[in-house]
Order: sequence, then C-alpha cells, then structure tokens
Amino acid sequence: MSTGQKSKPRLIVNSENKPYWEGAAKGQLLIKKCNDCGKVHYYPRSICPHCFADNTAFVEASGDGVIYSYSVTRQAKPPYVIAYVTIDEGVSMLTNIVDCDVEKVHIGQRVKVSFVEAEEGYALPVFTPA
Amino acid sequence: MSIKGKAYIAGIYEHPSRKALDKTLPQLHAEIAKGVLEDAGLTKDDVDGYFCAGDAPGLGPINMIEYLGLNNVRHMDSTETGGSSYIVHVNHAAQAIAAGHCSVALITLAGRPVADAKEGKSARFYSPDTPDLPFEMPYRFNVVNMYAMCAMRHMHEYGTTSEQLAWIKIAASHHAQHNEHAKLRDVVTVEDVVNSPMIADPLHRLDCCVVTDGGGGLLVVSPEVAKSLKRPLVKVLGAGEAPKHLAGGYVDLTYSGACWSGPKAFEEAGVKPTDIKYASIYDSFTITVLETLEDLGFCEKGKGGAFVSDGNLISGVGKLPFNTDGGGLCNNHPGNRGGMTKVIEAARQIRGEAHPKVQVPNCDIALAHGTGGLLGARMGSATLILGSEAA
Repeated sequence: MSTGQKSKPRLIVNSENKPYWEGAAKGQLLIKKCNDCGKVHYYPRSICPHCFADNTAFVEASGDGVIYSYSVTRQAKPPYVIAYVTIDEGVSMLTNIVDCDVEKVHIGQRVKVSFVEAEEGYALPVFTPA
Repeated sequence: MSIKGKAYIAGIYEHPSRKALDKTLPQLHAEIAKGVLEDAGLTKDDVDGYFCAGDAPGLGPINMIEYLGLNNVRHMDSTETGGSSYIVHVNHAAQAIAAGHCSVALITLAGRPVADAKEGKSARFYSPDTPDLPFEMPYRFNVVNMYAMCAMRHMHEYGTTSEQLAWIKIAASHHAQHNEHAKLRDVVTVEDVVNSPMIADPLHRLDCCVVTDGGGGLLVVSPEVAKSLKRPLVKVLGAGEAPKHLAGGYVDLTYSGACWSGPKAFEEAGVKPTDIKYASIYDSFTITVLETLEDLGFCEKGKGGAFVSDGNLISGVGKLPFNTDGGGLCNNHPGNRGGMTKVIEAARQIRGEAHPKVQVPNCDIALAHGTGGLLGARMGSATLILGSEAA
C-alpha cells in the first residue's frame, strides 16, 4: 500500500494527536467521541468542538465509508486522488483514495480504510474501493 | 453601531506590476501607500490608522509603520483572513472611524509570489502547530485540489457543468481585454476553457486565477475628510464577515461563508441583491464565484450554473456585471490575495472611473466579496457594499 509518493510520509505527531497515529500504526482508524454530548468529531481534539466538554475519548471506527467528494491532481506523476470520505460513524475526513483506477473513482463510491507506512513507525489512514 | 455612511473610500491604488523581480516586498507596500495617498490627495502625515495582513513582513504594522515613516498612527489592525483580509479591513476601518479612533486609515497589500519562486523562496509557511495540518498535509492537499472538490460536489448535487463554470472565465476575459495591465488579455471561449489542461478534476487551467506580483491599497476616511477632498465620493454602506469551516467533520462543500457575511452586509446597507449594479466577486477559481453568487442571493442555491451562463456576468451584456478589471482569473491576484483588487474595482465603478468599455452606467451601488483560505476546508468570508453619495 502506498500513497504514490516516493518516500514514506512524515507525520506531524504531537501530544494531542499521538494516540491517533499510534492507533493507525496498529491498523485502527480512531476518531474522537465526546462522553458528554455523545457526538463524534474529526480531526481529533481534546475538547469537544460540538459541546466544549473536556470529556472526549478515542474510539475505533469501522473503517467503512463513502466518497463525499474527490479530485484527481493531474499535474503529479503519477496523478493522485484526494477525497473527503464520510465514514459510517458520520464524520468526513480528508484522505487519499489509493490502489484504485483513478478514472473510476466517483462520489458515492463505497470505500474502506487501509494504512500506509509512515516515518518513525507510524501509519497514515487512506481508503481503497470496498 | 452601524457603519453605514460613517466612512468613505477616498483613495485607491492598484500597483501596475505583475512581476516584481526588482522590488522588495516592503518597497511594493511603500509604492502602494504613496500611490493611494496621491490618489486621495492626502499625505503620509494625515494617516492615523494603518491596516495590513499576513502578506506584510515581520510584525506587520509595527515594522511597516516604521518603514513607511508614518508618525501619527493611533489605530492599528493586522486582521488576517487570507485573501479576504482587505475587505475585512475596510469594515474594521469604518468601525474604528465611526468610534472616533482614527479618521484616515491606510490599508496596504503587496506580494511577489512570481519573484519569490524565481528566487527559490518557499511560497507559504504553515506552522506545524496549525491543528488541522497533521490531518491534511500528508494527503498532499493544495489550493487547486481543495477548491476542485467543491466543484465536484456542486456538480454532483446540482448538475453544474464545466461549460457553465467556463462562462465565469469568459466574462472575466471580456473585461480584461480592455485592461492594459491585465496579465491575460485574450478573450476566451467555452471550448478554450474546457480544452485547457486539467489541473485537478474538474478544474482546468483556465478555471484557475493568475499568479502575480504587485498589490494594492485603500484609504478609508471619515465623512468630514472625504468631503474635503476633490475625489468622487465612495460611501461605505454595509459590511459583513464570517468564518466557515469543517464543523468537526460534518462537511458541506456546496456553500461558503458568504451565506452569513452577505445577509449581514445587505441588512446594514439596507439593500437587496437586486439593487447591486456591479459585483466584485473573489475569483480564485471559477467555482469560488459560482458558490458565492448563490450564497449572496443573486440566484437560488444550485442555480449558479444557469445564472452565470451566456454572458450574464459581462458588462453591457448581462444582468450582473462582475470583475470588470478582469478579476483574479485574468487581471491580477497579487500575492495570491484577491480581496484588495475586488474593493478597488468596486470603488472605480462607483466613481465612474472603470474603463469606459466596462463602466456600468449609473453605478450607484456595488458589492465586493472575498473568500480567504480554502473553500474546501476553512475560510474567512467578507462582504462589503459601497455606494455613491446619493445611495
């Protein structure tokens, strides 16, 4: 699995997002859920952006989703697909669609999470056609 | 407190450069400050308010006020909302003037992305502390593909076509042919646009704005100062500003912050979209214009494609003349920040100083709108409504 980039992606890991990247390294897509309002959010924050409670926790997402929108960056060699995928838990995340025929990617397409090896033993969640 | 009638735009200046290899960034700011003061008929010692955004080096106002030799500044503002900053600045300057904090507010923008690229300087620096960056940067987002996803979704939901988006570029090109400073002056057709190279589906090269060096400036003054000068009066009628973002992951790419900044500006000005004789609409990409026109209420949501088609945005042809300087799509997008030139052309239209081929007759009410940041993620939207003294 690769994002089509020549080198492994270097991630920006900090104390707030580290569990997300550690989860990805173990093959888990983690999202944040607020234990006060019950809503999930993405990207993960310590304080819930919906209700402002500081009672959020990482939960594992199913990893299944649907393409909300996408674009093929044609100037890159090879061209790559950037997309917003709405995962079944309800939030949308920016990602790449990989291991796919770029000409057949479409809005509404079912996709599932996959992981690309990143620098320092972390991994980057991406999606492939389901 | 309303700003309606409390401030006027007394000076405008668009730097003629589109490629400034031989000029420094502060130098461009200074040439612009000089140009805008000469346009108004004022001197640097009259300036008691200074506004700049993230394009200015150093600590912004602190470094620039010294460099420019401004000695009487008592109000400073460095609000940064990307390319829309300067439209926000007009709003904030009018508020400051209405509150008595200053009476002559200078706003400058300059940039040299073309020259910087030639010199090997990186275009933009995002701090790794930017909270969204860890979750976006690894996926190789860029300005074009982030706007492209908005266009893709708009097409999916509303049936908007590439041919309809092309009409936005066509209108800009019709206007740019008359602007001697415009970077691109050739009139283009639907075929030219849709057959230009695909950059990021569904946006073609001709759906994208130009990259230029240069900049522009504005002087916002009190009614007393404005009426003491010899220039045509351009009155601030109303303004609105609003952020729009990804809402914790509940993403909708089919609208912009204009759906909040627009109604606020219209309410303050006491006018409706049908009263607008001319509109400067931020045109980083054709889709930016389409979504903005819908959000401002010039047409129903989803009907932007039909609205812009068949020359409806061409001055003298359509119902809503837009970007009569050629806009960012053809004329100028200095420092990758198009809000300044939007206000400048709207002020030219109110003054009756647009090019005669594109001047809107009896242009008594005009609108300028900016979209800063990324339409496909988080943005700062700003709407400004200007009028003649009679408006």
